[in-house]
Amino acid sequence: MTPRKRLVGLGAFALASSLVLTACGGGNSGDDATGDGASTGIVTISNGEPQNPLVGSMTNETEGGLVVQQLYSGLVYYDAEGVVHNEIAESIESDDNQTWTITIQDGWEWSDGTPVTAANFVDAWNWAGYGPNGAKGAGFFEPIEGFAEAQGVPEFDEEGNVSGMAEEPTAETLSGLEVVSDTEFTVKLTQPESDFPIRLGYSAYFPLPDAYYDDTAAFGEKPVTNGPYELESWEHDSEIKLVPNEAYDGPRKAQNGGLDFIVYTDENTSYADLQGGNLDILENVPTSAMSTFEEDLGDGAISEPSASFAAMTVPEWLPEFQGDAGHKRRQALSMAINREQITETIFAGTRIPATDFTSPVINGWTGEIPGNEVTTYNAEEAKKLWDEANEEDPLPDDYVLTIHTNTDSDHQAWVEAVCNGYINDLDIKCEMTGYPTFDEVLNERDKGPDGKVDGLFRAGWSADYPSLQNYLGPLYSKAALAGSNDGRYESDEFDAALKEAAAAPSLDEANVLYNKAQEILFKDLPGIPLWYYSTTAGHSENVDNVEFGWDSMPLLYEVTKTE
Amino acid sequence: MLWYIGRRLLQVIPVFLGATLLLYGLVFLRPGDPVAALGGERGLSPAAELAIREAYHLDQPFFMQYLYFLKGVFTFDMGVTFTGRPVVDVIAQAFPVTFQLALMAIVIETVFGIGFGLYAGIRKGKLFDSTVLLWSLLLISLPTFVIGFVMQAVVGVQLGWLPITAGRDPDFISLLMPAIVLATTSFAYILRLTRTSVVENITADFVRTARAKGLPRGKVMTRHVLRNSLIPVVTFIGIDLGNLMAGSIVTEGIFNINGVGGTLYQAIVRGENVTVVSLSTVLVVVYIFANLLVDVFYAVLDPRIRYA
Repeated sequence: MTPRKRLVGLGAFALASSLVLTACGGGNSGDDATGDGASTGIVTISNGEPQNPLVGSMTNETEGGLVVQQLYSGLVYYDAEGVVHNEIAESIESDDNQTWTITIQDGWEWSDGTPVTAANFVDAWNWAGYGPNGAKGAGFFEPIEGFAEAQGVPEFDEEGNVSGMAEEPTAETLSGLEVVSDTEFTVKLTQPESDFPIRLGYSAYFPLPDAYYDDTAAFGEKPVTNGPYELESWEHDSEIKLVPNEAYDGPRKAQNGGLDFIVYTDENTSYADLQGGNLDILENVPTSAMSTFEEDLGDGAISEPSASFAAMTVPEWLPEFQGDAGHKRRQALSMAINREQITETIFAGTRIPATDFTSPVINGWTGEIPGNEVTTYNAEEAKKLWDEANEEDPLPDDYVLTIHTNTDSDHQAWVEAVCNGYINDLDIKCEMTGYPTFDEVLNERDKGPDGKVDGLFRAGWSADYPSLQNYLGPLYSKAALAGSNDGRYESDEFDAALKEAAAAPSLDEANVLYNKAQEILFKDLPGIPLWYYSTTAGHSENVDNVEFGWDSMPLLYEVTKTE
Repeated sequence: MLWYIGRRLLQVIPVFLGATLLLYGLVFLRPGDPVAALGGERGLSPAAELAIREAYHLDQPFFMQYLYFLKGVFTFDMGVTFTGRPVVDVIAQAFPVTFQLALMAIVIETVFGIGFGLYAGIRKGKLFDSTVLLWSLLLISLPTFVIGFVMQAVVGVQLGWLPITAGRDPDFISLLMPAIVLATTSFAYILRLTRTSVVENITADFVRTARAKGLPRGKVMTRHVLRNSLIPVVTFIGIDLGNLMAGSIVTEGIFNINGVGGTLYQAIVRGENVTVVSLSTVLVVVYIFANLLVDVFYAVLDPRIRYA
């Protein structure tokens, strides 16, 4: 049920890099060292019911995403550290970061016996990019030339909802995609994107076989795939069974006898099953077990930083946060949050105080961005700044600062803690404005100044691909005003900095430039960084080699289980 | 009697229309935008959003949406959920397991509730009676999820006597623990109802007469005392069947049973109008039939009650 972004609001995430690796060294089933002696046990994993057909570009939620990742192989894949490796791709090259030439390896096959060709990629991307197909992952093809023509121009009603098309799409395919041969195609982007190869491991970019277009709905129930596993059965709301794909000869070869995804609606239940030995891998430790799970599970406990980041957005349309006084208030609000204390007492150490706008698991992350002193708790300085701002631009006597959030998850506790901090340190009134469900608060946020949001609002974000750009562009660029830039932050300087980073000749240079762009964010504070989420997960004694990737998803093909 | 049942069945039609319209309106009035929620923080592309709105008739005004729903009900094609599954399939999957669970719970609570209640009523004021009364009070005051989690942790995880969850292939054994948990509260109510009725009836004139004419004690108790004491109990059980089916959300969640409760809850959260109303409609029908059954049963228990 949960769109990928939404999960950030709902619970803890999972990610581990090195912690669990040590577990296999001590185990007695170290038969995977040669990569040849794969185990035969069937690994059971807790999951939710996929909310979409099992097709990469249709899936935008973690439950389906985890299954789709096992079924399909894309151009590249990510290892546990988030480093990109070629899977089907032979090479992905560009001289200017704008026109990319992609060659694929020979010899890959679909489960119906047809070969994987360059056209399978181009057709799949064209299908997803064509508006009327309604692909949930369509947005990922926006950087490709011709996307706008294939989407058409929508019409909006007074509430900001799409009501129809002002202009129908003029093209059915993306003009930037071109098949050169069976093993080669080119992609032309509308502007340079230095991190384009990193993005290609995301499920929206997976290829689709020709069989897909015969009956797209039926295909999603019983897909023809090319990944390390094949779908054996999908019993809705109950269980998905995958078996290893014998023909698969890539870097993600299955080391176990198959995967059983068991659908749970209650995390406490899956936790009980893990303890009782009925379940091998638990993706999320329930809130109720947060303070005890490391003791309960021993070697099977996993706790590592994840790619999810939480902030409070300061809407640009609020007069009290504009100008010099507004700027001082933003700084004061950030400095008056005791992140250490809140993450320790409310989240039992499963969240990590944030020092930037991205996440420590992303390549290029640094905790040393000039200007990030505002994320250090400093009550005196905060009070001083707030008072200075009030001298320049006094607030009404009955001013109440509000923090808007959905309350269907564990947000109330930290919002109250932050508010109490403001009340004590800044001597102001502060209240939470709660919304019962996430889509309600989303609705109000989207309306901007016309909505009910008259204070700060909660924002959670996790990356789709391990790139710094994925945090900065979609949230704070002008291009994202129609998307997720809900605070309506506009800065020419920041946009220019992003553009420069996107054109950088190498990824390392790009990362340096992205971090430079973050300095501008720390200057303007369109949002107040709060904390990074952790992956908190677990596994039973029956399995070895359990590793969680940068995206909080287990690397299931590596897991070994002896029968 | 048949005439009476026929008339009662005809009443189903207005109740059905009224209930569905009301439910549809309530879900429609739920604030927020389900389609926006599908996109999460990133949001869907406008074209994708439009395609989804059109596919689910969400671009239509309220009454048109309701008419589409009615048309679906009468053609047994209620459309698909946001995940693309036919709603009919969802109903066909969710109801059997919930029905089985509810039935098991009813049997457990009825057999033990009436048995204990009868004995406690006969031995009014004795040790058994007071012990049972105290325990039933405790069970009524304990929330279901407390009983559920404690039983799961003790009987399932620690002792390993019964399966911890019933998720994958719910059979009799794996549904036993959830059925017991589901039955506890109602068991306590039935016990207390039976006991009170028995205590009342045991001193009634017709019982004294029956004894005086020399009927064996066992016969007096079953034929006269118990039979007359069952009317309030049967009323309760009838209503409880509906409650158990709709209200097992908590129990189903704890034991990972994919039945009506969990499905309904997920659908409400997602704002899937059609699924919510379809499932609730079936529940409404179950309620109506359970009540009809109870009314017919009155006549069986008490020959003085006649329907025409």
